[in-house]
Amino acid sequence: MKKKHLQRLDLIFKNEHDIEAILEKTLKRGNDEIINDLISSGLKGRGGAGFPTGLKWKLASEEQTDEKYVICNADEGEPGTFKDREILQSVPHKVLSGMAVCARIIGAKKGYIYLRGEYLFLKPQLLEVIDEFHSTLDKMGLDFRVEIFLGSGAYICGEESALFESMEGKRGEPRNKPPFPTVQGYKSKPTVINNVETLAHTYSIFKYGPDKFKDLGIQDSRGSKVFSVSGDTPIPGIYELEFGMSVQRFVDDFGDGDAKAVQVGGASGFCVPRKRFDKTVIGYQGKLRGTSLPTGGSMMIFNSSRSMYNVLHNYLDFFVEESCGQCTPCRVGTQQLLLGIEAVKKGDQPSSYLDRLMDLAEGMRVTAKCGLGQSVANSFSSIVENFKEEMIY
Amino acid sequence: MTEVKQLVKGLADQYGRNEECLLPILQGIVTSEQHISEDAMVEVARELNISAAQVYGTATFYSFLHTKPLGKYVIRVCKTITCMMHGKNQIIKELESLLKVNLGETTHDGKFTLMETNCLGQCHKGPAMLINDKPYTDLTPEKVREIVMMYRNKELRSN
Amino acid sequence: MAEKINLKIDNIAVNIDEGSTILEAARKINIRIPTLCHHEDLCVAGNCRVCMVEQVDSDRLLPSCAMPVSEGMEILTNSLKVRSARKQVVELLVSEHRADCTRCYKNGKCELQELSSEYIVGENGFIDLVPLKNYSIDNFSPSIIKDDSKCIRCQRCVRTCNQLQNIGALSVAYKGEHMKVSSFYEKPMYEVVCTNCGQCINRCPTGALTEKTYFDEVWSALNSEKKHVVVQTAPAVRIALGEALGMPAGEIVTGKLVSALRRLGFNSVLDTDFTADLTIIEEGNELLQRLKKALVDGDTSVKLPMTTSCSPGWVKFIEHAFPEYLENVSTAKSPQQMFGALAKTFYAKKIGVEPENMVSISVMPCTAKKYEADRPEMRSSGYKDVDYVLTTRELALMIKQAGIDFASLPDDEYDSIMGESSGAAVIFGATGGVMEAALRTAYEVVTGREVPFENLNITPVRGMEDVKEATIKIENVLPEWSFLEGAELKTCVAHGLSNAKKVMEAVKAGTAEYHFIEIMACPGGCLGGGGQPIPTSPAIRKKRSEAIYREDALKPIRKSHENPEVVHIYEEFLKEPLGKKSHELLHTHYTERNRY
Repeated sequence: MKKKHLQRLDLIFKNEHDIEAILEKTLKRGNDEIINDLISSGLKGRGGAGFPTGLKWKLASEEQTDEKYVICNADEGEPGTFKDREILQSVPHKVLSGMAVCARIIGAKKGYIYLRGEYLFLKPQLLEVIDEFHSTLDKMGLDFRVEIFLGSGAYICGEESALFESMEGKRGEPRNKPPFPTVQGYKSKPTVINNVETLAHTYSIFKYGPDKFKDLGIQDSRGSKVFSVSGDTPIPGIYELEFGMSVQRFVDDFGDGDAKAVQVGGASGFCVPRKRFDKTVIGYQGKLRGTSLPTGGSMMIFNSSRSMYNVLHNYLDFFVEESCGQCTPCRVGTQQLLLGIEAVKKGDQPSSYLDRLMDLAEGMRVTAKCGLGQSVANSFSSIVENFKEEMIY
Repeated sequence: MTEVKQLVKGLADQYGRNEECLLPILQGIVTSEQHISEDAMVEVARELNISAAQVYGTATFYSFLHTKPLGKYVIRVCKTITCMMHGKNQIIKELESLLKVNLGETTHDGKFTLMETNCLGQCHKGPAMLINDKPYTDLTPEKVREIVMMYRNKELRSN
Repeated sequence: MAEKINLKIDNIAVNIDEGSTILEAARKINIRIPTLCHHEDLCVAGNCRVCMVEQVDSDRLLPSCAMPVSEGMEILTNSLKVRSARKQVVELLVSEHRADCTRCYKNGKCELQELSSEYIVGENGFIDLVPLKNYSIDNFSPSIIKDDSKCIRCQRCVRTCNQLQNIGALSVAYKGEHMKVSSFYEKPMYEVVCTNCGQCINRCPTGALTEKTYFDEVWSALNSEKKHVVVQTAPAVRIALGEALGMPAGEIVTGKLVSALRRLGFNSVLDTDFTADLTIIEEGNELLQRLKKALVDGDTSVKLPMTTSCSPGWVKFIEHAFPEYLENVSTAKSPQQMFGALAKTFYAKKIGVEPENMVSISVMPCTAKKYEADRPEMRSSGYKDVDYVLTTRELALMIKQAGIDFASLPDDEYDSIMGESSGAAVIFGATGGVMEAALRTAYEVVTGREVPFENLNITPVRGMEDVKEATIKIENVLPEWSFLEGAELKTCVAHGLSNAKKVMEAVKAGTAEYHFIEIMACPGGCLGGGGQPIPTSPAIRKKRSEAIYREDALKPIRKSHENPEVVHIYEEFLKEPLGKKSHELLHTHYTERNRY
């Protein structure tokens, strides 16, 4: 077996036996101290958008009201992403303790795990863990309860404001922003909503301090990241790796030797062609804008036997179905992109129509109401630009 | 009181009668009936004091909240890219011939409905499917035959 | 006072209250930003994405209707980026819209069409999605046609139906490509809780929601020599028709309206205001009778509060939503239906026309009136009492079709008998008007004196407040009304069905004690009806309302019971209020309907 470049880390999945003790220790510290640790650790949201977690908690803590909420976003629906399921299955205590600390800091008494309907099978086991966790909280004197709210099959509910709408018994349609969740979230109350992995990371930061986390990764992308690896790879699965690796290194370790493209960040992410493997690193954009790709952790590898037209078609099919449908660019734009590439492929439209579709996708990036519609352009433009001939012939 | 009235009332007693309880109640109906009938929606509207159109609008938004009758076992095969790359179409074909239905249809005995769904979060073990809420992964045509056989036997035993 | 925010739009400095949107700030300095999903009467949606503007030094565009202003903001409303984004959004909307504009009822009045022409959409459009969809037209309702193929999903109708009106007949269903505006289970509108109020039509930017039209039927009646065509015009038509014919809002065009109807060939041009006065007599007496039964006879079966019954949207609403209160609704028919019943009996006999040869037309600010005329109980004459109901909009169209230059028409007067009216009838068109008219008469009946308000203007029940309350103390009554001596008559006025719902819920909860409630289904009353000229806004409704009260003030007769034709019809035909004839022709009953 060839030598691996990337070292597998074990921060998240390490089975720790001191979760209760760490929680107790953390709860004894001051709110500002904990928030400062989170901020200096550089932890950013692991759902993909990358908002600094410490800042989010701080903002919510500054709101003056009695009713606040902590929500764990476990509506993991991005194609090619399955890490949150694994985290909830193997280390749910870490997630719960992150929620509890957040609740203490912002002053929330109620927390929810919004679990996607596809993960219903996790519920019985999670409920047991939650029950147990509640008795721990009682012992520590923290007035906080966690419930599971089950989704029912809607990708868009992973968008935080759509998730609130869904919990309020409505269609999962994203809201206008502002106001942001830390001001008006669930039931219009200040809400911290964090991805499963983000919450799990807070445990490591509470335990080991911010430096250990910060020492991992590069520049604006600190710490480790859990990757969901699938596609043309001999070793699909879940891997915790350091932030900032190049796609080339990733492909060296995980590819089947014939990788022609890697889709980073799922259907709403970017397609990196072979020629850009070594120029692209995985991490939040910032100083590395243009060459750094943010991701919720989905890494799909395609080898040269795959048609990138089929890949794009599959993504667009997905968006056409999963758009909430309320805003024009996303509802109609996704349909036009899908029909458009079909028409070009069939010869019903000239190949120049692809340029018009690229304009459309870029237009959607600036006009769509939420991240779903805005990010369709990511996969569309990066695939069409790099595999134009596959779109036509 | 009709059966569906009873069911909805029970769910409303359990979860509550404000709008935040709508999804759990609809999910509860699906758990026991596999779909949400017109009568059930009217009852939900009554219990929660919201319009029936709102209940319909919410229910139709979510892929798992069906408004048309489905079989006792709903098979949802993941159609997202990696499952597709690993032979999802073969699995569908196998299921279609095993169950003698096309995609989207329910078997004559009302036991199985075959459908596709978006990413199940099992991409490293594709092809994958759910039968009701239970996931099955690393599917092959042989494995699918065994699984369906198992459900059929279970049905035979329960009769 | 709100904090002020300073920003720049297209390099022009604006100073505006904190919490305002960019759109409001732009309008303040007369910069027009196109909108589709935005409507002044509705909450912000931010979903059409036509009103996008650019913030300097930011990648993303902002929806100006939803984005609050912030200090130091620099906004561009006409940059290259903005124009191309807007054009793209319009192109996308056109691609899912059945754009057969020349065949569309809204041709020339469609907001999408206007934007398409502004942005020259047409060449290089996107793929037409309409043939790929399984669109259907719901034209089963006598009032409303819903054509999904023309819907652009702006959800104005959904917000109208759920927030403004709180009816809940429309909702958004499905998601993604299948997302659509739908009734419960996609049933036809006439099978669901729709009240036919038509407020959704007033706010639909395209031809997806329109009224069912009957002008072809009316034209053929007018062209038939055998038929005697009678027309009645509702109070609120005369203060709004002008808007649909190029005149500013708030013009009183009563005289021109009568002229135009004569020119169109109507044989008798009569006035619904006459039966509005009659309604006051019947309804006012009904109220006094209910009070007497309750207070003197101790009859516990008498239902109070009594509510008005002239608004067919309200009547259908209560039949669906509060069927347990149907006996509280006055049994008096609406002025339209009183008129219809009298036209084919009393009036037909008077002018010597066989009722089967009479065609009875009404011009209404309302779409629910079409449904009302179709009710099976509305055949007291032995025929359909009102054959066809035209909206203000349809009449405007007929006037255009006939080549009549409306603005230059001379004023004319209604035909006599069933053409005379008081100021009290005119104000039926505004919220609070029926209450004021009823009080002007009832107070005088009971006390022998005029209502104690300056110039008979009962100001507490006027205006656009959601719910108005007024208590009238009754003193020094005439001997036969001695049981009312010292009584306080508690009244309530609500307009718009969401306000109606609030009032009824308070009544139901026992937290509101009223004797008499006026409810109009539409915001502002009939002047804001679903059949009135489009657009509508609070400002437009205010102008219409001012016109109505102007018209009232100008009338020589201000009280229903002083309308000489009303006095005459009782003497000659009806004999007495609530009498046998009245019960045959002027009163009705109601039906419980499905709650959901």
